Amino acid sequence: MNFIPPDFTPASSEIFMLIMVCVVMLADLTAGDNRRYVAYLLTQTTLLGCALLTFISFSTEITHTFNGMYVDDAMADILKLMVYGTVSAVLVYSHTYISDRGMLKGEFFSLILFATMGMMVMISASHFLTLYIGLELLSLSLYALVALRRESLVATEAAMKFFVLGALASGFLLYGMSMIYGATGTLHVSQLAQIIQSEASNKEVLVVGLVFIVAGISFKLSAAPFHMWAPDVYQGAPTAVTLFIGSAPKLAAFGFVMRLLVEGMGEMSADWQGMLVILAVMSMAIGNIAAIAQTNIKRMLAYSTISHMGFLLLGFISTDSNGYSSALFYVIAYVLMTLGTFAMVMLLCRSGFEAENINDFKGLSKRNSWYAFIALLLMLSLAGIPPMIGFYAKLSVLQAVVNAGYVWLAVVAVLFSLIGAFYYLRIIKLMYFDEPETDEPIKPNSDVKILLSANGLAVLAFGIFPQALMGLSLYAIQSSM
Amino acid sequence: MSFDFPLLSLIIWLPIVFGIAVFATGNDRNAQLARWISLVGSILGLLVAIPLYTNFDSATGAMQFIESHVWFERFNVNYHLGVDGISMPLILLNCFITPLVIVAGWEVIKERISQYMGAFLIMSGIVNGVFASLDAILFYVFWEASLIPMFLIIGIWGGPNRVYAAVKFFLYTLLGSLLMLIAFIYLYLISGGSFSIEDYHKLSIPLTPQILIFVAFLLAFAVKVPMWPVHTWLPDAHVEAPTGGSVVLAAILLKLGGYGFLRFSLPITPDASHYLATMMIVLSLIAIVYIGLIALMQVDMKKLIAYSSVAHMGFVTLGFFLLNAYGIEGAMVQMISHGFISGAMFLCVGVLYDRLHSRQIADYGGVVNKMPIFAAFFMLFAMANAGLPGTSGFVGEFMVIMSAMKVNFWYAFLAATTLIFGAAYTLWMYKRVIFGAVASPAVEGLKDISKREFVLLAILAISVLWIGVYPYPLTEVMHTTVDQLLAHVSNSKL
Repeated sequence: MNFIPPDFTPASSEIFMLIMVCVVMLADLTAGDNRRYVAYLLTQTTLLGCALLTFISFSTEITHTFNGMYVDDAMADILKLMVYGTVSAVLVYSHTYISDRGMLKGEFFSLILFATMGMMVMISASHFLTLYIGLELLSLSLYALVALRRESLVATEAAMKFFVLGALASGFLLYGMSMIYGATGTLHVSQLAQIIQSEASNKEVLVVGLVFIVAGISFKLSAAPFHMWAPDVYQGAPTAVTLFIGSAPKLAAFGFVMRLLVEGMGEMSADWQGMLVILAVMSMAIGNIAAIAQTNIKRMLAYSTISHMGFLLLGFISTDSNGYSSALFYVIAYVLMTLGTFAMVMLLCRSGFEAENINDFKGLSKRNSWYAFIALLLMLSLAGIPPMIGFYAKLSVLQAVVNAGYVWLAVVAVLFSLIGAFYYLRIIKLMYFDEPETDEPIKPNSDVKILLSANGLAVLAFGIFPQALMGLSLYAIQSSM
Repeated sequence: MSFDFPLLSLIIWLPIVFGIAVFATGNDRNAQLARWISLVGSILGLLVAIPLYTNFDSATGAMQFIESHVWFERFNVNYHLGVDGISMPLILLNCFITPLVIVAGWEVIKERISQYMGAFLIMSGIVNGVFASLDAILFYVFWEASLIPMFLIIGIWGGPNRVYAAVKFFLYTLLGSLLMLIAFIYLYLISGGSFSIEDYHKLSIPLTPQILIFVAFLLAFAVKVPMWPVHTWLPDAHVEAPTGGSVVLAAILLKLGGYGFLRFSLPITPDASHYLATMMIVLSLIAIVYIGLIALMQVDMKKLIAYSSVAHMGFVTLGFFLLNAYGIEGAMVQMISHGFISGAMFLCVGVLYDRLHSRQIADYGGVVNKMPIFAAFFMLFAMANAGLPGTSGFVGEFMVIMSAMKVNFWYAFLAATTLIFGAAYTLWMYKRVIFGAVASPAVEGLKDISKREFVLLAILAISVLWIGVYPYPLTEVMHTTVDQLLAHVSNSKL
């Protein structure tokens, strides 16, 4: 039998990434005194290289490879480019923070790169096994990252919780996948859609499998009622890691949901639609209401994430490209805001001082009016107030929801975002209306200074000119369906 | 007539650009620079608005000074501006009030001056944007964005309970607007993908959705106006806001709600407006009578004027929902006139507060002995607030009462009680503050108004008297538009 080598080009960036992870690990062992710096630069170079590779091989049509286990399309490329950008920004933001806390080790960079690779696989997988491998690669790297500060009790506890619940979620997913395999006899996403369409499979088994898969996805997205891990992990992990967990993986999770639910089981949308409605409403309710009670900023942001994930799920309910592209736009906007917000939290940290309490934002406008302004933009955007990007994200999702005939759901969503506005306003109140508790100057490195300012202003600029990102989201979804 | 220059964009963005320039002057070391830039910006903002009046064609009810560009194609949203006889006077009012507010805060605000002045300029531009938008999303963006500067103004420079007031102001208004957003999205879908307000005017909608849309709009606009029973944020916000904030709130921001009824509720949902008109009239009458009684009992001057604002705005909503030409024009005149009078009243209280740092009526008495010029101005504005003929306060109220008489005698009767209550609470307050023996050593030490304050109050006094004696220039520009609106509203859209 002749061996025909598969077409490697669609996976070129993943292959490059894998090689570079090994290089980063080796470089960390061999380079001299400034090896941390070398590792940092190498990591950024890797991301840049991947971005170039993805950009050069940008696919306007859908290409399958490795016997249909892997897919490359416009949505995958766009999501991957966003992931590189996000991870790169995470590294810039967290560089000072981790070096102050003695976490600037080679492992940090290689784990982040492995996680990134996991995300890339998740985004491009078109087979249940590849999806699962990507997910586990991401999750295991994240567990290790959370536990990176071995001596910290909270971090270890958070890592333990994260691991146990994450393993449970993976179990759910695998179980669901096996049910679906039993019903259809295939693990290929594209074949799955055909088999379900031909109604040659056992509907009951399929639905049971679907329930487990949706539960597993909800775990990963931290949608209520599967959200319990998020506040503890967000709080316990070092802020730099929280920033990472809260940002890029959401892009990958979006890709994951698209591949599994939409491409694989789009024919069963009537079944998962109802589940998503419940998940979305619960997430918005629990996220927004519980966030009010938080005094820890990271916990508050965790609950805020939960509520945003609820909003994101609303985009899938309309089950058309209009809705999916709205959800994609929402994810992009969300990642942009989260990056900036956690970077603000880290900005308030100093060596030997962790900004954990919302009171650490007190009087920020008197300590540094520029960063207070940036934080103001970010908070207003999270609350969905125009002209910030967060508003347009909400607008496009609500539009899709109303379009699908769920006017009541749109009303529920805006009422919960009204509740949500309260705790974002509280941060603004602390920054602008209260007196500072310390006059420690805020002096970030110049790269953080530039990036954070750009990040905050981007929230405003993409709000005033939202067409670019909206059009990109629509293009990504339409060209891959 | 054709007018190619993007005048409305200039009116919107010029104050915003100046506002950003004022922010850029940084901290209080450059306070004087910040003050002058903002004064120049606000006066330029007024000057560029003048062509809006002189080139306005009052023979047509159609939109004028139209600008339209694609904003984002994804949802077919346009940067679409234009004014008619309803929005044009309101833009002028806003441009007129802004320099006054800047001058009013000239010496009084001592902390973070650039931020204070910048916030007012930016708000002025945003509010012009609200009045000029012909695209629902553009309108919504400006509408919500106007919350941000006001929230900061109340929260940073306000009184002791400012945080509560600022948050209440923000959340109350946000609640109403979010439901309005859903109504917009719904209209977008049934109109086949358009956010143009003029398209919505032509849309035929069955009664049940019309009522739901009307209710969504009602929540947004009723909170802003504010109508009874969603008025409770206003006294809190007014009492805690700095003088300039109160002036802008009363003179400008309340008008956004009234404008919304005319631009959205009446033309988009005319059948629901007819169907629910009685309810709206009853709510307005409650505001006029009941809130008038509440105002009588206030011991805090700002709170008293705040409640009187609610009562006066009750006239505006009453006028709208009587659904005849006199009512709507009267309500429009009332809006403009209330802009001058309430602004002037808050400035007067501000003058006293700056000197004695108290808003309690009981802390004053016999002020006339020490501040005769001020007492004269205050007298004029108090009379105007009570609706004395010859002042602008009379014109609007009289027109609305006349139109109420056409509809139902008892509406007119209840509305007319305001002439008694309004006179009672305003003049009683005036008497206790200004007349009598000098109440305390603090009052003994009062100095009469400065040149700056004199100029402010004189400008407002002239405006109040001018509209009171000769309102024709104002009613003339709105006449055709109001007629056309009424003709539109009387056609069923079912």
